Amino acid sequence: MARDDVKTGYKLIGTRPNRPDGLDKVTGRARYGADFSLPGMLHAAVVRSPHAHARIVKIDASKALALDGVKAVVTRADLPTGLTGEELNLQDNTLAGEKALYDGHAVAAVAATSALLAQDAARLIEVEYEVLPHVTDVDAAMAPGAPVIREGVADYSVPEGMNGNVARYMEFGHGDVDAGFAAADIVREQTYKTEATHQGYIEPHACVAQMGEDGRGEMWVCTQGHWYIRRMCASVLGIEAAGLRVTPSEIGGGFGGKTTIFMEPLPLALSKKAGGRPVKLVMSRSEVLRATGPTASASMDVKLGMKTDGTITAGQVFFRMQGGAFPGMSPIGEALPCAFACYDIPALKHEAVEVIANRPKAAAYRAPGSPMAAFAVESLVDEMCRELKLDPIAVRLKNGAKNGSKSSYGPVYNVIGLQETLEAAKAHPNYAIPLGPNQGRGVASGFWFNHGGETSVSLAVGEDGTATVMIGTPDIGGSRASIGLMVAECLGIPYEDVRVNVVETGALGVNEPTHGSRATFASGKAAVESARQAIAEMCRRAAADWGIDAEAVEWKDGAAHPAGPNAGKHPPMTIGEIGSKMGSTGGPISGHHEVTAGGYGASFGTHVVDVEVDPETGRTTVLRYLVVQDAGTAIHPAYVEGQYQGGAAQGIGWALNEEYVYGTDGRLQNPIFLDYRIPVASDLPMIDTVIVEVPNPGHPYGVRGVGETGITPPLPAIASAIAGATGARIRSLPCSPPKVLAAIKAKG
Amino acid sequence: MAKVHLWASLRRFADGQEVVEVEAATVGQMLDALEKAHPGLGPAIKAGLSVAVDGEVIANNRAAPVAAQSEVYLLQRLKGG
Amino acid sequence: MSKIHVTTTVNGDPVEFLADPRETLLDALRNHLDLTGTKEGCGTGDCGACSVTVDGTLVCSCLMLAAEANGKRVETIEGMAGEELHPLQRKFIEHAALQCGFCTPGILVAAKALLERNPDPTDTEIRYWLAGNLCRCTGYDKIIRAVQDAAAEMRGAA
Repeated sequence: MARDDVKTGYKLIGTRPNRPDGLDKVTGRARYGADFSLPGMLHAAVVRSPHAHARIVKIDASKALALDGVKAVVTRADLPTGLTGEELNLQDNTLAGEKALYDGHAVAAVAATSALLAQDAARLIEVEYEVLPHVTDVDAAMAPGAPVIREGVADYSVPEGMNGNVARYMEFGHGDVDAGFAAADIVREQTYKTEATHQGYIEPHACVAQMGEDGRGEMWVCTQGHWYIRRMCASVLGIEAAGLRVTPSEIGGGFGGKTTIFMEPLPLALSKKAGGRPVKLVMSRSEVLRATGPTASASMDVKLGMKTDGTITAGQVFFRMQGGAFPGMSPIGEALPCAFACYDIPALKHEAVEVIANRPKAAAYRAPGSPMAAFAVESLVDEMCRELKLDPIAVRLKNGAKNGSKSSYGPVYNVIGLQETLEAAKAHPNYAIPLGPNQGRGVASGFWFNHGGETSVSLAVGEDGTATVMIGTPDIGGSRASIGLMVAECLGIPYEDVRVNVVETGALGVNEPTHGSRATFASGKAAVESARQAIAEMCRRAAADWGIDAEAVEWKDGAAHPAGPNAGKHPPMTIGEIGSKMGSTGGPISGHHEVTAGGYGASFGTHVVDVEVDPETGRTTVLRYLVVQDAGTAIHPAYVEGQYQGGAAQGIGWALNEEYVYGTDGRLQNPIFLDYRIPVASDLPMIDTVIVEVPNPGHPYGVRGVGETGITPPLPAIASAIAGATGARIRSLPCSPPKVLAAIKAKG
Repeated sequence: MAKVHLWASLRRFADGQEVVEVEAATVGQMLDALEKAHPGLGPAIKAGLSVAVDGEVIANNRAAPVAAQSEVYLLQRLKGG
Repeated sequence: MSKIHVTTTVNGDPVEFLADPRETLLDALRNHLDLTGTKEGCGTGDCGACSVTVDGTLVCSCLMLAAEANGKRVETIEGMAGEELHPLQRKFIEHAALQCGFCTPGILVAAKALLERNPDPTDTEIRYWLAGNLCRCTGYDKIIRAVQDAAAEMRGAA
């Protein structure tokens, strides 16, 4: 795609102004999902299965309904029948049908005049279960004799003869891997495992919804994508999408976990049964952990061939991933192409199977699939570097993907910045700091595709020359600031003169969620196109006033200027002057752009971490951490750094401590933050960042997405640093103290 | 004719071919032509695909141009967090 | 269950409400007093999003019953700014120390309580003081910097 204005020396892009939502967020005024209330509002509670796998024999809500103040109960019998495919999966997950498929699966919901009363009523709803055999581990679910938890989950891709819990199969590659392994000096093969982790956003899912008997309704909800919420709720409830108006609240974190529905149809259904009274439903933390999108757990075989000079001759992976009790949710389709995306290797073979298990329906989590794949592949690369006494950055520079490399998954990389991140990591002072006893250093690179997607944006010029931008991608990490900067840059007006609003489903064309690191890229690109349309119209208005051709007008510094030999002499006409009289010069001035945005550029990063391991306890302390990542162009560098640091922190948590722990009864053992322990302030050091800028030719200002890659390298980098510190290699995350201690002891 | 590369587990629906040549000016025509020539590919196409044309990944745009010499890769539809 | 009449002071204002004996202070602030700046992230005292001070002591309002606030002095995020923002609030914006912002009210309340006790904390002291306030977006780096900068300004050193 042509890049029409590659340049540097921007006036605003690359500066660090205050974010527009900052004031509301530091004063407590920002309204999140649970902060909305409506007159006459009811409160809902959900009855959840205590069993990992059980047939629902009977649901008796009579005692609950007999309580004063209880207004409605919904069960699966209240939802329409006849859905298929993913719509049926969404409905099955919203409320269990014949079977509860995991600990925490919703079975019924109740609305009452207070939250406490709704919880009391939920406890009075009697559910009779017939407990069935369950399986929660990915490898156990594939083993011969494992209980098949749902019949007929296999799609077209699964060859005959595979285990009944296998839902999808995938295979691709290129070159002759056998010849590649034969050409290697050493060939190594290992199996790696990662446990499921949760996105861990601090804001639990929450919404307020209202729906009348006519099936028309409204919803206020914390979500990454309100059009997705609208479509999914409409499908599950059998109503028209246009009848549902969804307004996104401020969102208290999502990381992929708020791109889908979990409980949102329930307050709509309850509202309809309760005579159209609005219903609020807020999840507890344990409901969030038990019943909303964790990521997949994975078991991964990797085989690599390497020459003594570090040249990688061939690679092969076989991944097994479970994404809960529903097919299509594990990220095998992303994990496989991510596995070797950082490398240019002549022969590769990728295979994966998706397995279902009695666990919650997985959702996207920051670079879905990439962290697991990186843990497997980058760990083995590191093991072989240590065996051959090779510098891990040198080996990655030697084998790393470059501009024009054919990617491991097929297409050719256009302009990418992996090599630049490796060079910057090598040159960083952290890489030269001497290590002490029990200390080790780990290096890993990571990749994410990035994404464009369906995008619709509008821009309106105000009477005072300010601009309002309407976007459909909820702001999860500062995108209103970055989009405001791009629009102000384009219009040539101060950043403070642009207000960017995330608007409801009735105000724009369909937008995909804020996912895939697309918001600043795609909404930003469409906002710039909208601004350009408005500029063209403002140039026409000035030209008409001056009596010259619109082609003889150019836009710079927030004003129309006559340009060219025949334009004549006219003082510049500012956006404020044009805006103030637009009513009498042809009407309101706006711009609008909608597109399925292409041209997104791949994202690469390289991390360097130093750890110290206590040989007495196995506890790992992260001493220093460096994130180097290509941003394309950093529009608002502070929020780019924030994405790098936040991604690294989540990856560190995944590497060291976070995991879903299931008991033999199939119940989640750690559904509170005390036991599902995400990194706290005292667990982490400062996280150093280097922003590499290799502009993306597919964006007017060179933007690549920056949100996701940062979670990928920490998993292998930390395991490799621990190996450096102790000589013990952890191949099964998390590297928790007992596991590290056992590995140190086993080594002797 | 554009060269369309199938991922390995799709090839059994296309008589084992790794590369299928189709006459198409757009991604939409390319997918339609593929399904017409190899009906077994229908479920995969309906399930949603990402398409890479000459190195650029196109998530979902049937109007995106495909040239006679284009190299096209089919990928499973990518999701993000 | 009969309700309990609670009289208390919130951000300097006298308030009264009827609380269910099972209701937490957090529920009362949010549902009876419309002070929704204090957030519920866990309900079990693990995340700190509901941090407030009661008679000057930093507490998780989700772990305290509303009835226990009777006669006490409660301070929440809504009371932090006067006519101007508190230096911590301003520095959090300037340092980009928030992303989604959901943990921010609790962290600000907790950080203010820290600086009232220790106006010149080390990074480590800040990290351990804020260890009960979970943030999933930032990795804490910019939060620590913002607290340090605010502390320096409040000491008159900036």
